[in-house]
Amino acid sequence: MSANLSAIFYLISGILFILALRGLSSPETSRRGNYFGITGMIIAIVVTFLSVGNFGIGFFYVLIFLLIGGSIGSFIAFRIPMTAMPELVAGFHSLVGLAAVFVAISAFLKPDAFNLGVVGSIKLASLIEMSLGAAIGAITFSGSIIAFLKLRGIMSGSPITFKGQHFLNLFLGLSIIVLIFFLCKNQSNNLFWTIVLISFLVGVLLIIPIGGADMPVVISMLNSYSGWAAAGIGFTLENTALIITGALVGSSGAILSYIMCKGMNRSFFNVILGGWGASDQSTSSSNKEQKPVKNGNADDAAFLMKNASSVIIVPGYGMAVAQAQHALREMVDALKKNGVKVSYAIHPVAGRMPGHMNVLLAEANVPYDEVFELEEINNDFANCDVAYVIGANDVTNPVAKTDPQSPIYGMPVLDVEKSKSVLFVKRSLSPGYAGIDNDLFYRDNTLMLFADAKKMTEEIVKSL
Amino acid sequence: MEIDPFIFRLSIFILSIFVGYYVVWSVTPSLHTPLMSVTNAISSVIIVGAIIAALVGSLDKVFEISNIFGFLAILLAAVNIFGGFLVTQRMLQMYKKKK
Repeated sequence: MSANLSAIFYLISGILFILALRGLSSPETSRRGNYFGITGMIIAIVVTFLSVGNFGIGFFYVLIFLLIGGSIGSFIAFRIPMTAMPELVAGFHSLVGLAAVFVAISAFLKPDAFNLGVVGSIKLASLIEMSLGAAIGAITFSGSIIAFLKLRGIMSGSPITFKGQHFLNLFLGLSIIVLIFFLCKNQSNNLFWTIVLISFLVGVLLIIPIGGADMPVVISMLNSYSGWAAAGIGFTLENTALIITGALVGSSGAILSYIMCKGMNRSFFNVILGGWGASDQSTSSSNKEQKPVKNGNADDAAFLMKNASSVIIVPGYGMAVAQAQHALREMVDALKKNGVKVSYAIHPVAGRMPGHMNVLLAEANVPYDEVFELEEINNDFANCDVAYVIGANDVTNPVAKTDPQSPIYGMPVLDVEKSKSVLFVKRSLSPGYAGIDNDLFYRDNTLMLFADAKKMTEEIVKSL
Repeated sequence: MEIDPFIFRLSIFILSIFVGYYVVWSVTPSLHTPLMSVTNAISSVIIVGAIIAALVGSLDKVFEISNIFGFLAILLAAVNIFGGFLVTQRMLQMYKKKK
């Protein structure tokens, strides 16, 4: 296949990828979008086979590796529980990163195969592109591995910080750039390997200081990195499909990071530079413990909700941990039978990744037109009888609106306290991730339900 | 004077960033998780590079060191392609309207 013809086909698959993302603007068109994506991928792969034109024994091995990888991927995709999506996505990002590193290594070792010159005198632009692609890919790989371990609970979710951390990161980052500069001059193998190794280290150091609830930002950021790595390789290989895709994925991840940061009213650098209020605020919560709270049980909750005309459910990460989404749906079904109007309110940073709560609710067969984003539903709390907060905490804290001293001041929160009564399912009065006390616990209209989210919801279903 | 082909690729890259910017802002927030899994699947189009890396070279020497890295990259990318598209499909199937 001629180079021009294959370039046209790569362009087509790039366009199909754009349409795949475009489809996600509404659930109805999203499934068709996914088929566009799959078609684009098939076109890219087939065209590559045709343009390489090597159908010897190597081709046979390629198919075998494709098949093995494909089976592993399919197996994971069908078996993974929806609550484990954040770590799955983190794990997948690490694979893209590592694949980018491998392709870059291969191109460096055998540049003539990619028309990049010969060993020892690779074209300058290609050298910069491939070393950048390798470096970003390596950072994506090791960073995603750390994110995966944290999300999976294998590694503690609490931030790991040490003195001089930021200086070390800065130093390593700069040294990568300096090494790339020298690599361009003498094309030494050792320099290339050093760049890859340092990048692996940077990826680890970049993610360990970031705490569990900041994971939505981290995952989005790594998503973005995997895109830029692909784009870097795309430039090296002069491949339009890769360049377009890299740019799409890179900007997609960047936008998601931005949305997540805005959902917490924090700057991107503030998140990246680590731990949130872990040190200074945790002390102040202890002296408030004496305040009285109203303690209720499942029967009280069932009574309140049955006699309400409208209920808003506020799910958070705790719902995912307790796997309470199915019990929650049963509760809502029972309420609907009693003529109660029920809707769901989702905060942008609820859960451990963008859209995490929506997927869990969809899994429990909650229709997506009952689920609303913060801006859509926030005014409705004033007219609602009962707000049922299940596994959320900081995102409902009214302190964010009133106390400029609070670390979460200015963060958009759900106006849960405006509803006539609030049911708060929580295991204890302990503060949330931000390490601050939630004023809502002590309000007159709040009834605390101390229990596991799933157990409590099931009990409520029984007494309905 | 002739324009370096690099400039053309750079133009495609920058225009694609803009396309990505507008397309992603129009994605509904409730589909942000499928967005991540599908972007993850499509970024595995890096398999194109992996295939080239695996297949180039002489016909009889299949497993030179650069080929091996290519094969490994194919394996990783294939996990991602199949896993990414299928898990996205699985998620999207769950989004239903009120009956």
